[in-house]
Order: sequence, then C-alpha cells, then structure tokens
Amino acid sequence: MTDLNRLTIAGARDALAQREVTAAELTEACLAAISASGRLNAFVHETPDMARAMAAEADRRIAAGEALPMTGIPVGIKDVFCVKGVPSQAASRILSGFRPEYESTVTQNLWNAGAVMLGKLNQDEFAMGSTNETSCYGRAVNPWKGTDGTELTPGGSSGGSAAAVAADLCLGATGTDTGGSIRQPAAFTGTVGLRPTYGRVSRWGVIAYASSLDQAGPMTKSVRDAAIMLGAMASVDPQDSTSADIPVPDYEALLTGDIRGKKIGIPREYRVDGMPDEIDALWRKGAEMLRDAGAEIVDISLPHTKYALPAYYVIAPAEASSNLARYDGVRYGHRARLGQGDGITEMYEKTRAEGFGPEVRRRIIIGTYVLSAGFYDAYYNRARKVRSLIKGDFDAAFGAGVDAILAPTTPSAAFPLGAMDAADPVQMYLQDVFTVTLNLAGLPGIAVPVGQDGQGLPLGLQLIGRPFEEGDLLNQALVLERAAGFVAKPERWW
Amino acid sequence: MSITEDEARKVAHLARIAVADADLPALARELSGILHFMEQLNEVDVEGVEPMTGVTAMRLKRREDVVTSGGMADRILSNAPDAREGFFAVPKVVE
Repeated sequence: MTDLNRLTIAGARDALAQREVTAAELTEACLAAISASGRLNAFVHETPDMARAMAAEADRRIAAGEALPMTGIPVGIKDVFCVKGVPSQAASRILSGFRPEYESTVTQNLWNAGAVMLGKLNQDEFAMGSTNETSCYGRAVNPWKGTDGTELTPGGSSGGSAAAVAADLCLGATGTDTGGSIRQPAAFTGTVGLRPTYGRVSRWGVIAYASSLDQAGPMTKSVRDAAIMLGAMASVDPQDSTSADIPVPDYEALLTGDIRGKKIGIPREYRVDGMPDEIDALWRKGAEMLRDAGAEIVDISLPHTKYALPAYYVIAPAEASSNLARYDGVRYGHRARLGQGDGITEMYEKTRAEGFGPEVRRRIIIGTYVLSAGFYDAYYNRARKVRSLIKGDFDAAFGAGVDAILAPTTPSAAFPLGAMDAADPVQMYLQDVFTVTLNLAGLPGIAVPVGQDGQGLPLGLQLIGRPFEEGDLLNQALVLERAAGFVAKPERWW
Repeated sequence: MSITEDEARKVAHLARIAVADADLPALARELSGILHFMEQLNEVDVEGVEPMTGVTAMRLKRREDVVTSGGMADRILSNAPDAREGFFAVPKVVE
C-alpha cells in the first residue's frame, strides 16, 4: 500500500485487522508527511519518539487480538489538550515552557484505545479566533488555495487540526468548539467536524476558554471516522462534574444510512442578508438530498437566532476573564522580567500584558467589564436570559417533532490570510453567525463538506441534533455525505 | 454606551493587564464598538426569563468529602517560573 497517511480511520482499521499494514508503517507515513508540511504550520510540537513507541505497542495489541477501533491510528492533538510531558500551551505565549504533569481525559481515552500521538496542532490563542491567526506559533495555512494562488486561512480556532486532516498529515485530529471552532475550520478545509453535546466529552485537562460552552470533538476525513473517534473520546468522568453519566453507544453501528421519516428543520432566520448565492443554493441542494433519502423537510423558526452572537460575545468573554485569571506568572508559564521596585501587582500586569496576544487581552478586558459591579445585570445577566430564550427556541423545535436542523456552516468559503487584519473585532465575530447558537444551547452539531464554490473551494453544511443523539446526527450526516459525494482534495503545493 | 479612556484604564487594571497610556484611546474605541454590538440584546423582552446557569438540567454531582489526591508538591512546582524550598516564589507582597 502507498500513501498510508491518506487512509481514513475506518480504512486503516480494516487494513490493520487484515494485517495488510502495521501501525508502525502508518505512523512512519504520517511522520514523513508531517516533516514535509512545514509551510502549512499545522503541527507545532512533533512527538515522533512517542509516536513510534505507541505504534509498536499498538502492533503488539493487534497481534495479540486485543485491538479496539482506534488501535494503531495516528492522530494529531490540538495544542489546547494537556498531554503529559509534551508542550501544551493553547498557542499562547503565557504558557511557554509549560509541560503538563497530567493527561487530559480525552487524550487518555484515545491512548487507552490504542491511538498514536503524532504531535500538537496549531490553533488560535486560547481558542479565541476564527482564522488561526492569533496563535503564538504564527498562522496555520489552509492546504486549499485560491485560484490565483492566494494562501487562505484554514479557519479557527482548530485551524491546525483542520489543515492537518485535509492535508493527510494524520488520520484524524482532536478539536474543541466553543463557538464554532470545530465546524468552521472543517467547512473551510473540506473535512468533517463534530461538536458533541455539552457533557458528552470530558473537559478535564482541556485548557479552558468558556467552560459552559467548551466541548471537544473529532475532526476527520469522513462521517464514519467521526463516529469511530467520538466513541473513543467520549466518557463520563469523575474529574468533570458536567460530564454526562449516559452510556456511550457504538456510534458506528448506528450508521445505517436510513433516515426515512426523519423530520429535518430549515430555520428561516438563518437566511441572513448578504448570504452568497452559492451558500444559499448549497443549502437548498442539501435539503433536497435529505428529502430524496426519505426525510421530511419542514420550515421552522428559531426567533432569537439574531441575538445569539451578541449573547455569545458577552458570555464567552465573561467566562474567559474568569478562567484566564489563573495565568498570573506564579504557577506556570511566562513571568515578565520585573523592574526595580516592582511589586506583585506589576508582576501580574506585566506578565499578562506580555503573555497574552491582543485578541485574548481584548476578550479578558471586555469580560471583566461585563462582570463588573454596575454592569453585571445590564450585560451578563441579560445575555444569560437571552441564552435561555435561544435554548427555548431549539426546545420548541425539537418538541414539535423535528429530529435535526440543517443550516450552512459558514457565511463564506475560506478567505485569504490577512483579510481580517484591518477589520474591527466585531467583523471577525460575524464569522460565527451560524455556529454559536448551538453552543449556547449545548447541542451537538456536525459540519459536512457538500460542495465547492466557483473557485473550487470547499463549502459545508451543518446538521444540528437533539441533545445526546449524536448517533442519529451522524447517520443523517452520512446520508448527506454520500449524496454529496464530495471527494475533492487540495493539490499538494506545500 | 461608549467607554472613556479613563474607564478603559480602570477595567484593564481590574483585569490585571498593563496597557500603555498611548494604547488607551484605541482600546476604548474597540471596547465601545464591542459594547455597541452587545446592545442589540436590549431589544429582547427578557421579562420573567431565568438566566441560564447550565445547558443540561442536572443536579451537581456530589462525592464523599475525602482526600483523593495530594503529596505531589514537586510535580505541582515543576512548571513554576520561580520555586524555592517547596514554595512558589513571588515579589514581596507585604511591606
């Protein structure tokens, strides 16, 4: 077999089971692809020694007949996950030099299942951004290019994960999604990204951004792979009191391809002003595909959609200001060099000014503002009330019998790196218009590549599911994936 | 609502982030822009609506009140920028 790094997780698993390949061979193929991918800047800390040792152990397990579906599968890990002994700094200068003494539950679950750790992946700093340009490691680059050769953003915050999966540097990758950070980069790179229900996957050991919204999930080359990888990542965890004590089903076994009789809602409020015709046409096409497969398409209303973005940009920074208070230059990471007579307050203020990038500083300060005395009710509490109304919109739709909701993932295809440099912060926030609503409601969502724009760039649709019904959601996504038949890959230039 | 330079300085200090005086006008402008965007929320009738605390209706899990971990001071200090004699070291706090 050649180009083993191009395999899907399901394909590699089957080849491993048939003894057609070894985990060691798969791992070497990925390590070679990573070594030749510097221009993408997707992997920021490589762990080849760990990868080889884990692959050897996986081959032993396979030989002993003890293989699980992820055994021997080489994966990339977003930098935000703590991996014991490996730099884990959420792409922030303030955590430079930090090597965790412990392992995140998600990565531990993956290692327990036999997955192979290739290294850490680029992202926006503390997962705050939609272009992977706020990273202390520099921007990651989309393997897809514009027709004129322009370098494009892979999206964010999980931009390195998306770029790595799209460029076949790994078979799958972990991401996190607080406001769209798995789904938007998946849409920009023609890959599949699943954000599970809040509580499906443990947050323990995942460097926190906004705790009531953060959720980790898989980023893969196919819907089937997302089902396999989610099964390995999900668990109830005593270390995360918000993790759900609900059994993890065999998601792959639920991929029947039969969605007859399912009711798919089309939310009229997602038809926003200025939406490109291509996206609108793709959305209609996606609905037709599901209808052709026997689903019933119904128009629905989610009346508070418009307020999701402003509510998100109150709640997420508020939680971030609180979570990021721990970076004080005392326990880990960067500490500023102090001047004569500087006390502890100067140490905090200088350390945090130097350690955090502009977008993170901005969100901490705005979060501090909306939580401060006198503004708490006007901003933070009001946003939390609007959040209740947004969740109520979804509850009403599901209560009326809707099984899932179909919507665009992003307002456009991937755009050039640097395009947002001159934009004000609010323009960047508009990237999240279709994705944040489900984070506020805690729902699962999956981005699936469905078509290409005039330039040949991937475009995606997302399906939003009922809480803890990832199995159904993946099955609907599978139907969409099959009907769309998206097989395009970026031409290798890196 | 817009934020003055003085308010920007105060909130940056509350957040313990040093901001040079020269950067305050731009910060105040950006914060005002973001707050203006947030003010769309004032259009929503939230009378009688409970503020959301968590998305899943669940009782906070409880566990036995016992020591489950500890005795690892070295590991906890291993990432500290300055650790001495088993403690985190910081500039003098009390005169």
